[in-house]
Amino acid sequence: MKNQKNFERIMGILTWGAAALTLGVLAFIIGFILFKGVPHLKPSLIAFSYNSENVSLMPGLISTILMTLLSLAISVPVGVFAAIYLTEYAKRGSKLVSLVRLTTETLSGIPSIIYGLFGLLFFVTYLGWGFSLLAGAFTLSIMILPLIMRSCEEAIHSVPDVLREGAFGLGAGKLRTILKIVLPSALPGIFAGIILAIGRIVGETAALIYTAGTVAQIPKSPLSSVRTLSVHMYALSGEGLHTNESYATAVVLLLVVVAINTLSAKIVKSIGVK
Amino acid sequence: MDCFTIDDLNLYYGGFHALKNINLEIEAGKITSFIGPSGCGKSSLLKTLNRMNDLVEDCRLTGSIELFGEDIYKDMDVNTLRKRVGMVFQKSNLFPMSIYDNIAFGPRTHGVKAKYALDEIVENSLRSAALWDEVKDRLKKPALALSGGQQQRLCIARALAISPEVLLMDEPTSALDPISTGKIEELVLTLKKDYSIIMVTHNMQQATRISDKTAFFLFGEVIEYNNTDRLFSLPQDKRTEDYITGRFG
Repeated sequence: MKNQKNFERIMGILTWGAAALTLGVLAFIIGFILFKGVPHLKPSLIAFSYNSENVSLMPGLISTILMTLLSLAISVPVGVFAAIYLTEYAKRGSKLVSLVRLTTETLSGIPSIIYGLFGLLFFVTYLGWGFSLLAGAFTLSIMILPLIMRSCEEAIHSVPDVLREGAFGLGAGKLRTILKIVLPSALPGIFAGIILAIGRIVGETAALIYTAGTVAQIPKSPLSSVRTLSVHMYALSGEGLHTNESYATAVVLLLVVVAINTLSAKIVKSIGVK
Repeated sequence: MDCFTIDDLNLYYGGFHALKNINLEIEAGKITSFIGPSGCGKSSLLKTLNRMNDLVEDCRLTGSIELFGEDIYKDMDVNTLRKRVGMVFQKSNLFPMSIYDNIAFGPRTHGVKAKYALDEIVENSLRSAALWDEVKDRLKKPALALSGGQQQRLCIARALAISPEVLLMDEPTSALDPISTGKIEELVLTLKKDYSIIMVTHNMQQATRISDKTAFFLFGEVIEYNNTDRLFSLPQDKRTEDYITGRFG
């Protein structure tokens, strides 16, 4: 009896401690970045051009947004349609499904530098796109495709079968049932996957250094080399001349991530299940 | 006149023989109930009538089912069949949309686009399902906010919106309280004048209260099929008698 009470108390302290530690680490990182970065946020950092005197982050910010949109534009349709095929059309337990599943799981476990090397060999060199926004976006979209497919599959799976039956029972065909009933119900889950994917794109460096290059400029065409915020930070801290600006950039990156997450949550709420 | 004519129907789920040599003529404009213990095949038969069993892998059948003389497995497009033979399920399966959109889904599927036409269908269906007065002020509100009984009546309204000829009901009141059950039974009786209704029920009192004809199922066979009062008062088969007097099931 007494033992059990002690055990409960110890477990209570341990779980509380784990929660506190997690929160503490997060708070420390954010606090540290804000403390180091906020004093160095200057208007000159958002000038439209970058030079070695003024390491403006504006080109990086714009490149990050473009990179994210382009990668999603490529991978979201492919991922969603593939997930629809796997869950709604393919026969349950077919060889193809398990093969695709194995492939996606393997792909999601590959380190991003490998994607970078592949992108360098294929998009940059073989297709001759050079270090470019386009090569970077294609590389990243391959990288996030498994993530998007997986979350879509799960979201579609979790739509109860009785809803499909309801639609079929009213004489709706398969396509109409999927488009009007299944996908809208799965939307919040699909968006959760997209948000995770955005997180990976925004935070990616290794794969981009090899494919999009490091030129800090606002891209003039899809074939311009760009430097996203993360790569920008990596470059600044590597050069060692602009550490303060690097922290300021981190603050902006943090804000971008928070903004994207809030916005996505808003979107899910407005179109999702009412 | 018969709405459904079922001839020598056999149904298999993989190796399992779920329905054995079913021969039934189901009359139009009547309420027919299917009764029997769980797993006896009554729901399976109901689901073959609008081909919901097509969705089950490894499901195969022999024999024929005719809807007003047309073979539903040969001459008819499955979506057309399901428009003519509506279905209400055991548990409410409303879509996560507004009350209005739930009802309009069926008509929209079958090509009704004009707003005034949809408005009219929605109102008529809700009136037929005795739900109009309760929900007319909140048609744009989410359907899932309704009570369980209202949800099931909304499912009935949704099924009526595509003006089917036959209405299949798979234990429509099994998840409801007695008051909601009473309302649905009342509703089914009023619907009888416009629709042929086939209902699966676990509840023998329900079958006696509302149905004109009753079929008793056991182990995938129809043991007895007769006018409801006759089947319950003078069962011809010993097994029917045992079941309705509560000796098993």
